[in-house]
Amino acid sequence: MTGPADTPPLLRIEGLVKRFPGVLALDHVDFTLRAGEVHGLLGENGAGKSTLIKTLTGVHPRDAGTIRMDGAEIAPRDVADAQRLRIGTVYQEVNLLPNLSVAQNLFLGREPMRFGFVDGRAMRRAAREIMRGYGLDLDPATPLGQFSVAVQQIVAIARAVDLSARVLILDEPTASLDAQEVAQLFATMRLLKARGIGIVFITHFLDQVYAVCDRITVLRNGRLVGERAIADLPRLELVSMMLGRELAEEERQTARAAPPSGGPPLVAFKGYGRRGYLEPFDLEIRAGEVVGVAGLLGSGRTETAKLAFGAERAGTGAVAVAGTAARLRSPRDAARLGFGYCPEDRKTEGIVGELSVRENIVLALQARRGWLAPLPRREQDEIVARFVRLLDIRAADTERPIQTLSGGNQQKALLARWLATEPRFLILDEPTRGIDVGAHAEIIRLINRLRANGLALMVISSELEEIVAYSRRVVVLRDRRHVAELDGEVSVERIMTAIAASA
Amino acid sequence: MSRRFMPLAATLAVLIAGTLFCALQFPNFASTRVLGNLLTDNAFVGIAAVGMTFVILSGGIDLSVGSVIAFTTVFLAVAIEQLGIPPFLAFALVLAIAGLFGAAMGALIHWFRLPPFIVTLAGMFLARGASFLLTTDSIPVNHPLYGELGDVAIRMAGGGRLSLVAMVMLAVFAAGMVLAHLTRFGANVYAIGGNRVSAELMGVPIARTTVGIYMLSSTLAGLAGIVFSLYTSAGYSLAATGVELDTIAAVVIGGTLLTGGQGYVFGTFIGILIQGLIQTYITFDGTLSSWWTKIAVGVLLFAFIVLQRVLILGWSARPATVARV
Repeated sequence: MTGPADTPPLLRIEGLVKRFPGVLALDHVDFTLRAGEVHGLLGENGAGKSTLIKTLTGVHPRDAGTIRMDGAEIAPRDVADAQRLRIGTVYQEVNLLPNLSVAQNLFLGREPMRFGFVDGRAMRRAAREIMRGYGLDLDPATPLGQFSVAVQQIVAIARAVDLSARVLILDEPTASLDAQEVAQLFATMRLLKARGIGIVFITHFLDQVYAVCDRITVLRNGRLVGERAIADLPRLELVSMMLGRELAEEERQTARAAPPSGGPPLVAFKGYGRRGYLEPFDLEIRAGEVVGVAGLLGSGRTETAKLAFGAERAGTGAVAVAGTAARLRSPRDAARLGFGYCPEDRKTEGIVGELSVRENIVLALQARRGWLAPLPRREQDEIVARFVRLLDIRAADTERPIQTLSGGNQQKALLARWLATEPRFLILDEPTRGIDVGAHAEIIRLINRLRANGLALMVISSELEEIVAYSRRVVVLRDRRHVAELDGEVSVERIMTAIAASA
Repeated sequence: MSRRFMPLAATLAVLIAGTLFCALQFPNFASTRVLGNLLTDNAFVGIAAVGMTFVILSGGIDLSVGSVIAFTTVFLAVAIEQLGIPPFLAFALVLAIAGLFGAAMGALIHWFRLPPFIVTLAGMFLARGASFLLTTDSIPVNHPLYGELGDVAIRMAGGGRLSLVAMVMLAVFAAGMVLAHLTRFGANVYAIGGNRVSAELMGVPIARTTVGIYMLSSTLAGLAGIVFSLYTSAGYSLAATGVELDTIAAVVIGGTLLTGGQGYVFGTFIGILIQGLIQTYITFDGTLSSWWTKIAVGVLLFAFIVLQRVLILGWSARPATVARV
């Protein structure tokens, strides 16, 4: 069902530009929201969804472009100002106060007063009425924290709407809800839609897009890919809008190696998983082989990596290394087994920004030796010099903090950290995220070289063309589950079809 | 019964059980005379504890309370006895000084993003040092008004006296309850204690409220100092050492979460009564060292902190029920 098409749009954004130092986060993006529609805002990490929302609600000042509401130009200065302009936002993590009652949460800052004192009875009565309007009969004096996340989410929406919102932005509200709670939330969204509120819905679950959205707008790399009515948009097309296919020709060289020789796989996971984190999966990786891991954001890619490295404990299953059962309960175990892991989020999980490039590179090696056996400085310098040469790390001085390096060079230094431990199995999570095109191609060449040298690799990437360029096999995830393992002639089309197949 | 009231109910149960225990052991215990003395003896701690309740509800701590009380007694003694300032003017002056002092601490905590622990620790040294600066001697206050105020009392049935300072404490507790539960300031204190960032996003005036909380605490500490001065008729810079810890203990035993956001001013009142009860028991017994008060309070503190932890874990396990309409 689509909203009325002939009425003037509730919200119209035109040519929105937002620059951050070194990045064009939004490049002339248009966005139109009609009254009484649920409008999905889609895109992978770094597509510009949250920048768009933050620029719209005044968290970030915009560099160019216009925002019109009912045809009149508006310029919110901050979230509160946006709220006054009747744009309400509800974030993924509920931003209410679990220690206060439902009624207090709904009315904080605008409590009904009587003789100069808060009129608790009137407040609770009004709160009960409001929540009834959302189909929930609850005791408004109960602390919010005692309700499920879904109910808290609905209370947050009720507060935003009751502050007279006409535009309601829901930023990944379903991320921590179970299926039944999602249904409850969707019922609420449909209710508000019927009242003529325009809802911007950010999610990365395709099923939810098809369940509740009327239209969608897809962003990629800060640019508008397109706006479509959901009714006549095949899943495959939506996935290809989100993932795009714009890798440079030179990186596409599919120098795929011959299948590696027989013998037991280097690493074999069997029934490996944890309840509520990732469905159990089977996966075998041989020496001299790259296994690609593909899937949309939130599908369980990073979870797979963390389980495989012992950073998260598996609840079920077993792992065998070179044919013998192994213990993998912590990253320390993993390092001992000869595993290496470059995490997705370099800044918070990878580099130690204040330490020098040298210290960052020798970190894992030193950790494996134990702190009582410090690596002699001369040896450290040799290792660092070797990898700087080998990986072409461009650092003016390896004694300077690593945070002064560019993203690509930080990534290479991280890779060097694990290569210095001479691993047998290397897990790379989004190794090319946030680095420039030149460094991008270099990382891909490096992955191919490491494979040729006999390393077993598991590489996670949202760039399918890139996965195709170095993987012989590709594992496809959806909704925290390994749904397919593609072998032989892996192509972008096959991966997309596997991702888009409805559950 | 709602789970929110469990810590409060537990405190109340301890008070009732303790009172029964004492009454059974000492026949003279259950009298208005004992009650009157208990309220009078603990009036200054109780008044300071009301301020501390707000501070802890907001997720902070105020370590300067005892020092502010000492400063107040010394200031009053010097002002009234040596400078000849009329007592009521001296009272007003010292309340203003204490209020400004608290506001300054609150401002530091808010604008410089400093932990309350450190700021009020500095405040504790500062106030204590300032009282030494005024005088190191214990100065008796002989002003006739002190005698007159000491005679103001309501005679209770059974021969007990409800003294002026006890009445002041009861009034402060009543006002504290109104402030906590019936005003926007109170709601904002609970909101900040729950989650400062969320509270800010929901439009709570963080700056004004934070300054207000510490100003309230110090002002009430000043009032507690006036009461202490009336109670002891002296000013001494070593007075009331460690009272801040007694007030924190009363607040926690009263069921307020040290992490902020949950608790009741009424609970603090019960906490004060429990502490007073223990002291009274030891006085009645006559053979026990007064340090047993500390030991008993320590045991109770442990018990209540564990109780709170258990309750919180229970909360997260069982979500409240909602009916679909």
